[in-house]
Amino acid sequence: MAEIDSSGGGKKKGPGVKKGKKLSTKIDLTPMVDLGFLLITFFIFTTTMSKPKTMEIMMPSEEKVDPKDVTKAKDYLTMTVLLSKDHRVYYYVGLADNPLSPPTVEVTYFQNKNGIRDALIAHKKKVYQERTNGMVGHKADDEPVILIKPDANSQYEDMVNILDEMQINGLTTYALIDITDVDKGFITDTEAANPTP
Amino acid sequence: MPKHKLPRKSTHIDMTAMCDVAFLLLTFFMLATKFKPDEPVVVKTPSSISDIIMPENSILLTVDPQGRVFFDYDNKKAKEILIDKVNIEKGLNLTDAEKISFKNGASFGLPFNQMKNYLAIDPIDQKNYTFTGIPMDTLWSPEFNELAYWVQAARSAGQETGTPPRIAIKCDASTVYPRVREVIKTLTKNKIDRFNLVTSLEAIPPGTAAAAERDAPAPPATPAKQ
Repeated sequence: MAEIDSSGGGKKKGPGVKKGKKLSTKIDLTPMVDLGFLLITFFIFTTTMSKPKTMEIMMPSEEKVDPKDVTKAKDYLTMTVLLSKDHRVYYYVGLADNPLSPPTVEVTYFQNKNGIRDALIAHKKKVYQERTNGMVGHKADDEPVILIKPDANSQYEDMVNILDEMQINGLTTYALIDITDVDKGFITDTEAANPTP
Repeated sequence: MPKHKLPRKSTHIDMTAMCDVAFLLLTFFMLATKFKPDEPVVVKTPSSISDIIMPENSILLTVDPQGRVFFDYDNKKAKEILIDKVNIEKGLNLTDAEKISFKNGASFGLPFNQMKNYLAIDPIDQKNYTFTGIPMDTLWSPEFNELAYWVQAARSAGQETGTPPRIAIKCDASTVYPRVREVIKTLTKNKIDRFNLVTSLEAIPPGTAAAAERDAPAPPATPAKQ
């Protein structure tokens, strides 16, 4: 693309006539255009890339509601996810409101295979299957309910990861709530049962 | 037969017009760009698949790995109203120069009694100030909880300018949860139930519900079901 100044190599005006070389007044603007577009690209990228991405979260309202307006989460829809130290995830299905029959608490991690994601998918599948089979007491619009309870040893990353799992797996009904003493007990019990080396 | 000679046409194009356009666009982008504001702490956010862009004119609460909370508000006009209000209500005795310093300043994390000291120093040295974080009290109301006060005052200042702000939390991945909970509690106790968490973008894992939704053809425009 570079322009070659060809004006110098033109015809000779005449014998013995010495004339100053006629220089073209045109400047090659190609590099300038290149530079211009390079900077444009730079500015476009910095404007759009510097906008941070966010995830939206809705917390359960703190306002006191009349107890009779509260719909209690159903036992068979609920899955509780507990987050603990070292990015560990404990989960169980059900509300665990009967101390006589404690739920089986499983422990896993945020991993792609056999992690919490598979457990969430399995739970969602089960709820959907039961509602299509029309099991007694199940409604056709049942959705799985996930209760997320991070404990004091968990990190912010775990919280974001589990909220992200909700989005990844298309789970719409979930809540981030405080951990209860019962749940803390589940964690210590499971930890005692599976001592880590 | 006379030989037909094709006239030799020059192959080069006049670049002037293109150059004009390039620099016009360049000027536009340069003027339209807002550079990333200075941040007093380095925060490594966790990643998620959400790609919601951070809303304009938002209040940004930064939480660093040690749990210090910083406040920033991306709306200069509202910040002006905010600092006037804080100055009167908290009796900070700020000068006009200090108020301007607040307006143009970046994220800060200090209790009220250190605000004057901080704003009095040169803006260039401000980021080297040792921040202690905005204190939070377990009494969540704005009278006791300074973070709640800042958030509430900033929201009402935003209302006055006609752009009510959204609140975004930018927290380090390794911050312990109890600290995050305190920040969230401060908001929810003051009736702010919806906010944004700043995350970095990651790819949607294949074979999941989110991936299926992304790959599905766009659904026909129907009003969102309630």
